[in-house]
Order: sequence, then C-alpha cells, then structure tokens
Amino acid sequence: MKEALLAEGVGKRFGAVNALQDITFAVGEGELFGIIGADGAGKTTLFRILTTLLLPDEGSAEVLGLDVERSWREIRRRIGYMPGRFSLYPDLSVEENLRFFATVFGTTVEKNYELIREIYSQLEPFKTRRAGKLSGGMKQKLALSCALVHRPALLFLDEPTTGVDAVSRSEFWQMLRRLKEQGITILVSTPYMDEAGLCDRIAFMQEGGVLAIDSPAGITALFGKQLFAIRHTQTWQLITALRSSPNASSVYAFGSAVHYTDKRSALRADELLADLQAKGFEGAEVRQIEPGIEDTFMALMEKRTEAAHE
Amino acid sequence: MSETVIHTEKLSKRFGDFVAVDALSFSVRGGEIFGFLGANGAGKTTAIRMLTGLLAPTSGSATVAGFDLYTSSEQIKRNIGYMSQRFSLYDDLTVRENIRFFAGIYGLSGKVIKEKTSSLLETLGLVEVADARLASLPLGWKQKLAFSVAILHEPKIVFLDEPTGGVDPVTRRRFWDMIYEASERGLTIFVTTHYMDEAEYCDRLCIMVNGRAAVLDTPEAMKRHYGAESMNEVFLHLARGKQAE
Repeated sequence: MKEALLAEGVGKRFGAVNALQDITFAVGEGELFGIIGADGAGKTTLFRILTTLLLPDEGSAEVLGLDVERSWREIRRRIGYMPGRFSLYPDLSVEENLRFFATVFGTTVEKNYELIREIYSQLEPFKTRRAGKLSGGMKQKLALSCALVHRPALLFLDEPTTGVDAVSRSEFWQMLRRLKEQGITILVSTPYMDEAGLCDRIAFMQEGGVLAIDSPAGITALFGKQLFAIRHTQTWQLITALRSSPNASSVYAFGSAVHYTDKRSALRADELLADLQAKGFEGAEVRQIEPGIEDTFMALMEKRTEAAHE
Repeated sequence: MSETVIHTEKLSKRFGDFVAVDALSFSVRGGEIFGFLGANGAGKTTAIRMLTGLLAPTSGSATVAGFDLYTSSEQIKRNIGYMSQRFSLYDDLTVRENIRFFAGIYGLSGKVIKEKTSSLLETLGLVEVADARLASLPLGWKQKLAFSVAILHEPKIVFLDEPTGGVDPVTRRRFWDMIYEASERGLTIFVTTHYMDEAEYCDRLCIMVNGRAAVLDTPEAMKRHYGAESMNEVFLHLARGKQAE
C-alpha cells in the first residue's frame, strides 16, 4: 500500500515536558487510522506537527510524500484539518463560513458539493444562522464541512467527538466511514476506546509515546491472558473482595460486570465461581471472555507503568 | 429508608419560547449514586444549574439538601459539593493552597482548615508534594484532590458534571472507586457522563430527552425493559431521532 503519511522518530519538547518521544508510524492511502489516548497523551502536539503548524525537535515526517518542514505550503493546500477546539468564525453565518474556506483554498462550494452534500444538507435549513449560535452537534458538522470543502486527500480530525453525546458520536463515525469510501485518508484522534474498534488501524498513545500500533483485532491479540467477566448484584463489594485476593492480577469495573485477570494460568470459570461462592457471593456469574480494546489499552498502560518503576 | 436529599416536582425552566426543562419530577435518596444522562441539548446543564442554586426555575418546586430552591438558594450552595471537568482546582496554586482556598470559600475556620489539610494530605498520600504546584501533578492525583476538595465541607450531596471526560481508562476507573467509597460512607452522588459504561455503575439513572425525564430507573430495569445488552443500546434507542437541534 502506498503511504499517505509517514512519521519517523518524531520528538517534541516544551521546556521540561517531553511531549512526544520517538513517534514512528505510517498511514496507508485510504486508511481510517485512529490515534487513541487520554488528555495529555500528546495527540494534539502530534497533529500540529503533521499539519505543519509546529516543527518537530527530532525526527522527520512526510505527508502525501512531502516533507513537513520543507513543503509545508504544499501540504497545507492538500490536507483538511479539524482542530479539537471549535475554530470557525462565530460571527459569520453557516454559509459564509463554508464559502470563506472554499475561497481560501481557491475553490468553490459548488465544485466539491458532492463530497459534503450528506453532511452539509443537514445544516442547510440553518444556513443563515451565525456559526456561534449553533448547537454542539451542528458546529461539529459545519467544521467537518469546512475541512472538506477543498476535497483534501488527507483529513486530520483532532478529537472530533470529545464532549459529544453517544448518539451524535455514532452518527459522526458513520460519516467518516462514508468519507473513507470516497477515497479520503483519515487520521482521527479520540479519547473514547469504543471508537477505536471503528478504525482500520489504531495507535495507542500514552505520555507522549506509542504503546502499540495494529488493527483492532491485532491490538486485542496483545492482551495475552485469560480474561473473566464477573457479575454480582453487589458490584462494589465484589470489586473489593477480588482485589484483596492474593491471586488477583487486575480488577476493573466494566459496565455492569467486573473484568478480572488472575495470576494463575489455565484457570476455569467454575473454579473462580466456587471461590466467590465460598466468600459469600451467592448468585455470582463468571464467564471467560475475549478481551476488548479498552482491556488491552489498560493492560498495556499498567505494563508501561510497572516497567517505569522497575 | 434513608432521607431524601433531592426532591423535585414538575420543575421547569423556560427561556422565552424554549422549554429547556419540562416538568422534571424525581427524588434522590441519601447515599445513592444517581446518574443524570442525556444527549447534548437535552436540558441536563439547565437542570443542574437549577439544582445547584445558580438558576431560578420558571415553575415547579424542589428541595436540595433540605433547602427550598426558591427561598434558600444560598444555603443550597453552601450545603452541596460541585466538581466538573472544566472547573475544579487552580493549576498555579500548590496542593496545600488549593485546599486552603476552597476550604476558606466554604467558610471553614482556620483551625478546621489546618486539621482537614493535614488529614487530607495524609489520606491521599500527597504529603510529599503538598507545596508543589498543582500543574506538576499527574492527572489521576489532581482528580482525587479535586473530588476530595469538593466534599471537604462535608456536604450531603456532591454534583459531578462529566468528571471523567478525556481521562484515560485506568484513571477513570480509579475515580469511580472514590465515588463508590464515598457513597458507602453515605455521601449522595449526582453524576453526569457521556461514558455509557459509567452509567452502569449508578444505582439509578434519569435519561433526559428534549427537556423531559424519558426514563427513571435502575440500569438493570432499563436494560430489561428495552431488551438491551448495555446502557449504550438503551441510550441510543431513547435519544436517537428525538433530538431537536
């Protein structure tokens, strides 16, 4: 596959803060690639470097085959960027914002309307409304339309769904899938683990470094341990009891269940259940399950923390 | 049956023609973890602003921590705790200064502040960094401190407005450990979140749709009622297509 983006050993410091260390990854043409990490993991700094808004201190990066330091002007013409903070003009109307961005990129709304039709058509009834007066979900749709109006080859979306409710998030990801079908390469960052599974490949970031890069299935294969989902009506008592067990390796609340790993290997669910019943957890349920992306992220985080303390 | 910490009856708020909160009626019991969910624009923030005494209702009635929303909003502010993702502590103050500042705002005496500060630093394991600027602390520590400071004046109830947004999954769960522990000690928790797995950790949930309480029940009962595997499914079912932008 041809590469749309290539980062090699990218590093960035802000005073004493090591914001990025040795970031190396490639994104293939047409890929929907996710950068998953919490606030402060370095996602935005990485995006700013790749969109030519910030120079790396170390390493190099190519976007669409162009060097981010030497060819920033050309790169900016060919990418779309939706920053994490709403950055359209609040005093311009919906339509004025869109026309403004089209003009800046030397094109017209009409020329690329097909690409944004599906997203923008939902905004058209409000096209005379000032952008600053839109609801959160509509601002997000307008920002995406503006980032797409010049038909970029590569789209950068920095936390497009942060603070957005579950319904709007799921709609937004459907839009991304359809943009991908139109051949646009997408690099998207998010703190939501459930969105990671919707990407072709993902990179986990933590404290300025990359913990793992792979497809969602490849990522969960890294878990490498037996994982059990345990349910009982007294969830908090269950968590406390499991944590106090000398055999416990990890105990995490997971929705209505508790996800548990044990220090022993080849453990059976009924053995665990018997242990719990002996401790008074009548009616508990124990099932061995496949680890998810969030399970794996947490396991990799813990591993890194342990390694740092050794 | 423990006491009722929040009770609202047909609580409503209009802005001109727009009904932001429409006849909201519910009760929260002492020690309960009460989740308050809804899509963006469903009326959550308006409801919370009323319940914390920051915004006068248009109609209906409510008591919070035993005080009436219309006549005693100042007492309400003094008797509740509040923490949000955006507003919590001051990055430029040290750990100790943050504790002293917020304790002072809640009117605790110098002697009490001194005692509370040392016991809090001890419990949270922050003695070593007591005089370090907050900005230098890891996010997980800051969150623990923010929560502890929000309940330093021993309120009956604490309002947590999206306390875990943008937080990594391990820190997010440690935060919920604190919520569970506080609830075991009898503190009432009123919490909003966009993470549907966190909705499952609540004793009861209210899901707001277009200013109204669409459902009010335990997570288990909601899932059973809608034949759903997870709260995410319940939420999508209720909120999808009902949004008026």
